[in-house]
Formats: sequence, C-alpha cells, structure tokens
Amino acid sequence: MRRFLSAAGFFVVLILVWQWAFQARIWSPVLLPSPVQVGRYLKGAIEDGTLGYATVITMRRLLIGYFFGIIVGLPLGLLTARWNLLRDTLGTTALGLQTLPSVCWVPLALLWFGQTEAAMLFVVVMGTLWSVIIATETGVRNVPPIYRRAALTMGSKRLHIWLKVILPASLPFIISGMKQGWAFAWRSLMAAEIFVTILTGFGLGQLLHYGRELSAMDQVIAIMVVIVVIGLLVDKILFSPIERFLHRRWGTSQA
Amino acid sequence: MFRRKTGSVTEELQLVPPSKLAIEDVSKIFQTAAGKFLALERVSLQVNEAEFVCLVGPSGCGKTTLLNIIAGLEKPDSGTVLADGKPVTSPGRDRLVMFQEPALFPWLDVFGNVLFGLKLKPNLTNKDRRDVAKYYLELVGLTRFEHANIHQLSGGMKQRVALARSLAPNPRVLLMDEPFTALDALTREQLYGDLQRIWKERKKTIVFVTHNVREAACLGDRVLLFSPNPGHIQDEFGIDLARPRDINSVDLAGYATKIMRSLKSFGAERADIAV
Repeated sequence: MRRFLSAAGFFVVLILVWQWAFQARIWSPVLLPSPVQVGRYLKGAIEDGTLGYATVITMRRLLIGYFFGIIVGLPLGLLTARWNLLRDTLGTTALGLQTLPSVCWVPLALLWFGQTEAAMLFVVVMGTLWSVIIATETGVRNVPPIYRRAALTMGSKRLHIWLKVILPASLPFIISGMKQGWAFAWRSLMAAEIFVTILTGFGLGQLLHYGRELSAMDQVIAIMVVIVVIGLLVDKILFSPIERFLHRRWGTSQA
Repeated sequence: MFRRKTGSVTEELQLVPPSKLAIEDVSKIFQTAAGKFLALERVSLQVNEAEFVCLVGPSGCGKTTLLNIIAGLEKPDSGTVLADGKPVTSPGRDRLVMFQEPALFPWLDVFGNVLFGLKLKPNLTNKDRRDVAKYYLELVGLTRFEHANIHQLSGGMKQRVALARSLAPNPRVLLMDEPFTALDALTREQLYGDLQRIWKERKKTIVFVTHNVREAACLGDRVLLFSPNPGHIQDEFGIDLARPRDINSVDLAGYATKIMRSLKSFGAERADIAV
C-alpha cells in the first residue's frame, strides 16, 4: 500500500508539473497539450470504442506472434543446447539476429508480405524468437550436471529428465528470455503498426501514426500513455508473479 | 484399460533385501591433458548384504570413481560390477547415490524433492507416494520443514533431505560420496548418529566414500584404504566396535590411528587426509 501511494503521489506531481508547463506557455499548446485535453481525448476514444478496438487489435497481433515465437523458440533452444552442430549453426544465427534491432525487420516484412497481417505477425515473431532460443540454450547449458546425475540414479530417463529436470532447472533463464522477447516483440509491433497501414485492423501504432498526420498532439500523447500502461500491466500481471516465485524458490533476491 | 495400482504404503515401506555387491578386476583410465591417468587398477572387492563399507584415501585415489562405477554413472574400462549377481550397466534406483553437494532441486520444495524419485515408481498411487515421503521426512527429522524452500535450509538439513530423497525409493544399496565433508563438526556428529540409526532401521548395504579416517572408522563395519597412482586398495580394516559408535571414543581413535599408520607407511601422507 505504501509503495502504491508513493507511486500515485509521484504521478500526481508529474501531472501537476505538466499542467504548470502548459499554463506557463513554455511551448506552443499545439506541441504540448494540457493533461485535461489528453484526458478528454482518452475519454472520447474510450466512449466511441476507438481505443478499445485498437487495443484489442494490437494485443491480438502481439499475443499470437509472441506465443508462436515461444512455441517455436523453446524447442529450438533445447535442441540447440543438445546438439553442438545446431549450436554452431542455428545458435550463432540466433545470436547474430538477436543483435539486430527488431524494427529492422519491418522493411523486409513489408516487401515480402505487403501491407498484410502476415507482415505484422512476422515482425513480432522475429522479435520474440531469437531471444527465446538464446535464453533457453543458455539456461540449459547452465544446469549443473549433478542434477542430471541425481535424476539418473533415481530412475529418470531421457524425456523425463528434459521435462522434469533440465527444463525447470533452466526456468530462471527462460523467463528472462521470454521477458526480453516480449519487450522486443512489443517494440517491433509498434514500429510495424506505424509503418504498415492496412485495412484489416487499426492498432495502437496506427492511431499514433494518424495522430501525427493530423498534428493531434493530444492523441499522440494519449496513445503513448496507453502503450506505457499496457507495458506496465503486462509486466506486473504476467511476469512479476513468475519472477516472485523464482526468487522465492531459488532464494535469489529479497525484493 | 488403465493400469491397476498394485502397490501400497505398507508394501512400499517394507524392508527390501539389501544387495550383495561384487566388484571384480575393475580398471578405469581417464584421458587428461597430461596423458593417460590410471584412476583404478584391477580393483576387486566384495560387499556383503547390509554391510557398511567405507572407502577412505587421499583425493585422486579413485574412490569416487569406483562409487560412480557401482552407481552405473560411469563405465569401467575393464572388469565387472555385479549387484546380486546381475551386472551393473546403467544407473538404477536399487542403487541410489548421495553426493557431496546435496544436489537437491531448487525448483521443488523439500517435500517435492523427496517425492521426485517416488513419482518414478509406477505402481503407487499419489496418496501412497505422499505417505511414503512423509515417513522418510520424519525419519530424518524434517517433518516441520516439508514445505520449506531448499535455499532456506542449513547445510546439515540439506543433506538430511538428500538422505530422505535417496531412501524414499527404497533402494537396496546406498552409495554415499563424502556427504558430510562440507558440514561443520557438530552437525556432522549428529548425522553420524542419525545415519547409524537409519542404517540399522532400514537395513541397507552402504558404500561410503570419505577422506576422513575417523569418520570411516566411526561408520564402517569395514574400512578399505585406497592409495593413488594407480588407484588400488592398499589395506583393509575390520572395525569391531559396538554400535552406535561415538566418534570421540578412545577405542575408535585407536582404530583411526591404526589406519593412519598404514596410510603413512605407504608414503601416502597427504594434507587432505584428516584424522
């Protein structure tokens, strides 16, 4: 509760400073709308359904691509850790492509898939996949061999060892890889939505883009706020509980 | 048709006959950067049913290698290991190992760790498994900590959990690889008492590796002295003392001195041997 109050207090102060900057006319009101104007846009966009619709479209693209990336990346990571041939080929490729900022996939996706949903999906998958592969591989390679030996003596065999020992033992790495993959996917999807204008769905990135086209600064700021809030919520709802569990079990942090 | 669960808790907790081990002419060579290293040279030994045998010697004498070979975790380059007349070719839950580090799984709590081996026994119901795990946690005195996380336990408690985990699948042989080395003296003494009690209660054949001569004399019916380069059995001592033994007793110190003298007479005095 105390933490919530200090966070809430901080944001109130931030909005007050913003309001003051607006009233002091430091920048033109076109460039810096007041918090009230942004709030009014948000209220309107929520009431006429624009925002809800855009959020659903964006999250659908994100989740489908993200889960696809994990479902493909996780086994590939395990295989990469298992066979040295795959480590030297796929592993190296993954390492290289992971350093590529995921927004760099957008031009390629546009040329390959055109202005389609497939282009969006491709960009999100590319954002997720490599991080998950690398994190899974690193996780598996960091499992102390003694776990495997202990399991072997208890009668655990191939698949059972992978599912019940290696996979859970590398969970801390896998989760941080999934978190990084999520961050990359989220960023690349926003970039893709800003660049790709398609008729199959109008996402948050596209709202942001049209805010700019119309010089509607209240819309631009409002959508940015929404994007930040979604990012925070996903972190708090999806990842925090898992991380708390890991910290408690492994005893890695008191946070 | 689903398989009928035929086991039961009472059946599962019944004493299984302890194994007789026959190690015949076992040799093991390791390839190192410096060349070939003969870790074990034609080692033979018999371990009787329910016998407690300690392998003692300086590091590099091959005692842990021999333990791993009995466990089936490593293969000998020549020679055979027979457990109850059957050759050992792979790890199996009739020969469970307790390692120097507890090797407990941090993603499971204490209870989950003890349950791990039991879940691999097909003809038990889940309730049976839980009851069996509870029984062994009580045997090592950790009932109160069944839901604790591994990192919250002290070194001694971790080894108790590891002991419960090794006992739970009801093996015929317990292979212990310097399990108490990392513990403080006080905790160790407590565990000597516990281990002797549990060994008596559960009737296991135990092969116990240590570099602590006094520990070997305290626990073993027989102590085998290993010597390195190449690893072989140098000497053998029967410890004829009543149990439970106290590590600080004078008689025991007498045996330890005898073993130590033998160790020194072969010019193998080493800093890592403790009395």
